[in-house]
Amino acid sequence: MNRELAARLLASLVLLGVPVGVLLARKVTTQHVAIHGVMADNGGWTPGTIEARVGEPLTLHLTSDDVIHGFAIGQSEHPAVDVMPGAWTKTKLVFARPGRYTFYCTRWCGSNHWRMRGTIEVSGPGAEVATDSAPLFVRLKLDLDAPHPSGVVPTRMPVAARGTEAAMPFAWSLDEYRSRSPVALFRTMRERAPKSVTDSRVWDVVATVWRDKTTAERLAVGRKLYRENCAACHGESGRGNGVMAAALAASAGTAMAGMTGHTTASPTDFTDAATMLGASPAFLHGKIIRGGMGTGMPYWGPIFNDTQVWALVDYLWTFQFAYEWTAPPSSASP
Amino acid sequence: MTPRDRRNLLGIPVVKALLHSRWPQLVARLLALAGLLVAILAAVVGSPVGSHNIGIVLVWIAWWALLILLILPVFGRGWCAVCPIPMPAEWLQHGAVLGPGGPGIGLKRRMPAALRNIWLQNVAFTGLALCSAVVLTQPRVTGWVLLLCLLVALGMGLVYERRSFCRYVCPVGGFIGLYAQLAPVGLRVRDTSRCASHTEKTCFVGSADGFGCPWMLFPGAVVKNTYCGLCMECVRTCPHDNIVLNLRPVGADLCQPRGRRLDEAFKAFIMLGAAMVYSAVMLGPWGALKAAAYEIGSQAWLQYAVSFVSLVYGVLPALFLLSVAVGKRLAGSTVPLRALFVALSYALVPLGLAAWIAFSLSFVFASISYLWATVSDPLGAGWNLFGTAHLGWQPYVSGGVPYLQAAVLLVGLTWASVTARRISAEQHAPRVAPRLALPVAGFCLVVTVALMKLLII
Repeated sequence: MNRELAARLLASLVLLGVPVGVLLARKVTTQHVAIHGVMADNGGWTPGTIEARVGEPLTLHLTSDDVIHGFAIGQSEHPAVDVMPGAWTKTKLVFARPGRYTFYCTRWCGSNHWRMRGTIEVSGPGAEVATDSAPLFVRLKLDLDAPHPSGVVPTRMPVAARGTEAAMPFAWSLDEYRSRSPVALFRTMRERAPKSVTDSRVWDVVATVWRDKTTAERLAVGRKLYRENCAACHGESGRGNGVMAAALAASAGTAMAGMTGHTTASPTDFTDAATMLGASPAFLHGKIIRGGMGTGMPYWGPIFNDTQVWALVDYLWTFQFAYEWTAPPSSASP
Repeated sequence: MTPRDRRNLLGIPVVKALLHSRWPQLVARLLALAGLLVAILAAVVGSPVGSHNIGIVLVWIAWWALLILLILPVFGRGWCAVCPIPMPAEWLQHGAVLGPGGPGIGLKRRMPAALRNIWLQNVAFTGLALCSAVVLTQPRVTGWVLLLCLLVALGMGLVYERRSFCRYVCPVGGFIGLYAQLAPVGLRVRDTSRCASHTEKTCFVGSADGFGCPWMLFPGAVVKNTYCGLCMECVRTCPHDNIVLNLRPVGADLCQPRGRRLDEAFKAFIMLGAAMVYSAVMLGPWGALKAAAYEIGSQAWLQYAVSFVSLVYGVLPALFLLSVAVGKRLAGSTVPLRALFVALSYALVPLGLAAWIAFSLSFVFASISYLWATVSDPLGAGWNLFGTAHLGWQPYVSGGVPYLQAAVLLVGLTWASVTARRISAEQHAPRVAPRLALPVAGFCLVVTVALMKLLII
């Protein structure tokens, strides 16, 4: 063979073969579902929507293109996995029922971390996963965006243990408890109680009622959820002073990055009795699942199941009431 | 074999056969081209995470380590002999891949006289250095920069003669040439009178056996390694077997008075200053400085850029000029200050290379382990070609690196001081030469202490 011709063939092989070979190999070998995560400001998850079939294993290969992220499926027992920059994490999912599932980031990767979400559309036989089309706040026709001042506040943090000692038995059904605010109960009891009973003691009774509607186990679940998902903005102490709060406050009233028409506000201070005691559990439940429109507060409906949301609501009251738990009351609701 | 020939590596039949044949070089260059294409593709379409993208790891860790720690100190411009960047342009110019053959295409113009120096290389390197914090860490940027180099080399090859890009523009070629003066090998002619009497000058114009010097050099006039790309074309075209590849004392070119130039002098300052700035930005504890270097186009970056340029083109040359002026006064020298400035700046060449070796040691041993994982998964696509994709980051000899760095810098300082003394002695009596060299050695000492502080302490 002519030497020049051989050299040209060799050169062509490199010039054309290498690029074509590399790109082809990449295309062929990335047939698995590869999901790249970047901070929400730069695009979040790619792809953002995945399709799957009921009962068929879905193997996801996850990688981060910037910082450490986490991956979890909302309302699912599937354990969260870390998604590391440049490395690949494999996780296998099997869906028993069709429906729309939300996957989300579990690591605080930035001020818009909560926007790192995507959906998995699962098709196939069976009843779709139930979605509560009429949560309690809808049934109660609550306006989640309306102010809810308590009007009256205790002079000190109500203590449930003291309320037990007050000998002012009061029974509320679970629905009544969830649909009424602490201040509503306070006003009712204030009217019934003798004048010799101080306001503080009445508040203690309110704290007792609120305590009796939860359990230590549920509070533990709520605390864990709160620390993992809420504390970054609202602060571990509930004062609205989490690590992301300053950024939200600085941009309050302005449009969120990449979200025209959406504004942010300073995170709610759960220790502020003037607003918290005027809210009902149903109101807080609604805020959590729907999010705070125009405030930057994420919607957690697709992420937490109902039990988790109520556990979180229960925990939020601990910023107002001192439960000083000794033993789970027998009247605790399920 | 004469005693003189004993230094000639081409006197070894195997070496001569390897270098004379076009095939080994072509294969090496094609392998390098394949590596370059993989690096560009990986950088552009692979993982955006630098440590998991072979574009970054191959170019800025593996290649850089090879270049600075091995190829440059031992073979000088050896890399230029296998560099793939000018290959497509050369193929078009030659109309052939292997050897002389086709008519080729291209205008084959000479570079304008005003640009036939390394000022463009100085500017190109400075520009790259100002953006290096991003270029070295962002795969996409690395990919586009490499592609840009490839395209500029191609474009220049179609307009200008031979390897004008390599000689006058390539930002890497500039400092490779400067430091190639230190290499223990050099391509020269055996007998200059034979070159003078050789009327055909096939080494320059080419022949059926090879191309005219791609670097536009006449081998008979070559006294320094600076612009010889070791392409071996003259070995192939010389009909008198008059080309030798000498083993010689290291740094022999520094004391060659011919061919000293201001653009090369400034290259020495640029490289020395850049090593200091890189050390501060990439290894130092100053977050604001790092942020400024990364935020290209921002106000902070503009301040960083102005400071960088002022340091390498202003402060360092000014301080060095002051040292030379003091030395000139101490020695009572009648040699013009400018001539002394240019000549003595060559004393900075060994110190500059030592600074770059010391700087490179700090991250090469720390980061080379990224290579094991990325060769198995070059695009960051989840592959495991060689079963090493799972290997994590593992720094090597981290405890010994500071000692190595200190040793290298001290060798550089000593070598620079000795070189300054030798250059001083070229035009001055042995009694006064040390007086001229002393302030220059003091300058080198200050720079070395600063580098030690930045790199080690």
